Amino acid sequence: MIAVHGISKRFGDFQALNDVSLEIPEGSLTALLGPSGSGKSTLLRIIAGLETPDSGRVVIAGEDTTAISPQERNIGFVFQHYAAFKHMTVRDNVAFGMAIRKRPKAEITSRVDELLGIVGLSGYQDRYPAQLSGGQRQRMALARALAVEPRVLLLDEPFGALDANVRAELRAWLRRLHDEVHVTTLLVTHDQEEAMEITDRIAVMNAGQIEQNGPPRELYDKPANRFVMSFLGPVATLGGVMVRPHDLRISSDPSDGAFEAQITRVVHLGFEVRVEAELAGGESVWVQVTRADAEMLEAEPGDIVWVSTHVDAGMMLDAGAEGDAPVA
Amino acid sequence: MMTTRRSTKYGLRFIALAYLAILLFVPVGLILYRTLEPGLNHVWQEITTPAAVHAFWLTIEVTLIAVPLNTVLGILAALVLTRSNFRGKALMDTVIDLPFAISPIVVGLSLIFVYGQTGWFGSDLADAGIQVIFSVPGIVLATIFVTLPFVVREVVPVLIEVGDEQEQAAATLGASRWQTFRRITLPSIRWGVAYGVVLSTARAIGEFGAVSVVSGKISGQTETMTLLVEKRYGNFNVSGAYAASALLAVIALITLLGMTVLNPRKDPS
Repeated sequence: MIAVHGISKRFGDFQALNDVSLEIPEGSLTALLGPSGSGKSTLLRIIAGLETPDSGRVVIAGEDTTAISPQERNIGFVFQHYAAFKHMTVRDNVAFGMAIRKRPKAEITSRVDELLGIVGLSGYQDRYPAQLSGGQRQRMALARALAVEPRVLLLDEPFGALDANVRAELRAWLRRLHDEVHVTTLLVTHDQEEAMEITDRIAVMNAGQIEQNGPPRELYDKPANRFVMSFLGPVATLGGVMVRPHDLRISSDPSDGAFEAQITRVVHLGFEVRVEAELAGGESVWVQVTRADAEMLEAEPGDIVWVSTHVDAGMMLDAGAEGDAPVA
Repeated sequence: MMTTRRSTKYGLRFIALAYLAILLFVPVGLILYRTLEPGLNHVWQEITTPAAVHAFWLTIEVTLIAVPLNTVLGILAALVLTRSNFRGKALMDTVIDLPFAISPIVVGLSLIFVYGQTGWFGSDLADAGIQVIFSVPGIVLATIFVTLPFVVREVVPVLIEVGDEQEQAAATLGASRWQTFRRITLPSIRWGVAYGVVLSTARAIGEFGAVSVVSGKISGQTETMTLLVEKRYGNFNVSGAYAASALLAVIALITLLGMTVLNPRKDPS
């Protein structure tokens, strides 16, 4: 388990972290999710010992590591830009931590081969990092971090420098790897889809603080505030409340609590159809409907429709002041 | 430059080569020609006189002290300049370039002001039995001073380009600072260091101005190769001056060759 208590950190005038406390359960895969500048990478680097907090404590597996150097924390750290040792072969990269710990040669060789098998780089032992693709380099970096049998694995935007298709492939692969290896893993990302897809828990960060911490479903369905709601998925505003566009209903007949609107645009995105409309007051709203519903409605730009919230199914927040409570 | 006409291309090449020829190949070639004109036997005699042999070994000795010292301190200074932040860093960055900016003669004179008989600690050093000026320590000091910036200036850009992520990764994998330096940092800057060493060596062997002021030019004691060349030339021993110059040129060529042999063996990256 990783726990941080009351961590604060300033860089000059910038308050990167403000009294942050968080517990990451043993064996879980947890995401620190937030926009850039929210403090998520700083928190990860403080847990690794690469930054020193101004105040607060870091506890890894029950041991207070706040004053311990990164060398002695026994963590695995994976960087966004791989940090591959360019002058070493793949074998020497992965073996580095074990060589430092002066393990026997035979043990190192068999462990390196085993790890390269796990990350799908068997046969690449004698290559140099420059001869690998970005995805392969990052998998090598993961094998290197896992080689020292770390107590926790810390990943700083590990897929951020990769192409979209490689990224999707690697994150599915990381989830499977975690199910095999079970090491407590903390992943920093600004990609909510990535966090939703592969993690057990998400801690949403904003402006140096944790806004909410819980399983992905819980955060999506019961966001603590407007920030979490809008960061975790698409949001539309109707009649002063925030609502998910797929929780809005659109009809050609008026009904109680429905708002009259004129369709301005219909976008077909395969299965999903986005209907954009303008309310009587000039406010615009968009509704996400299925292709079948859109065809039943025969929605065309210029049509007058009635938009309502599908209250029992969804989540709504007052679109008013910051930090307010759910209304539904 | 796909559309450059042939005549323009060859014209540019001709100008570049002609420039090199007039300024470099002709004078150096002429020295070698004039040196060999009286015959190899004569050359051998000129460079094996006791004074010449002593000058040769003194030059090597001074180089072997100054270059390793400036290599170690240069790498340290480059690390401090790139991997830490402190007040006065910009000042330090500028001060390191001073030996490039200051005339070597001024360097020599300032050493006399500090270490000379009437200098700041000249008399204290003399009481302790140490003579710096008009002695080998002065020559070493002057050479260290003029070759100080080379390694720093070659290594700093490499350190900046490499970045510190690999070093951080090594730290998280359990490597101590020294292990990280030896296994990660040093291998990634080795070409910068090698180039800095070659430049420092060439300058240390060829330094004249600062050494000339502090050495006292005592034949067989404080006379380096460059000083020997000057003395012989001044004494109308032209063939002797040419022979010593040729030897200097050959040492410089060997240094540069060493560099060229080292350089193509780059990383597979």
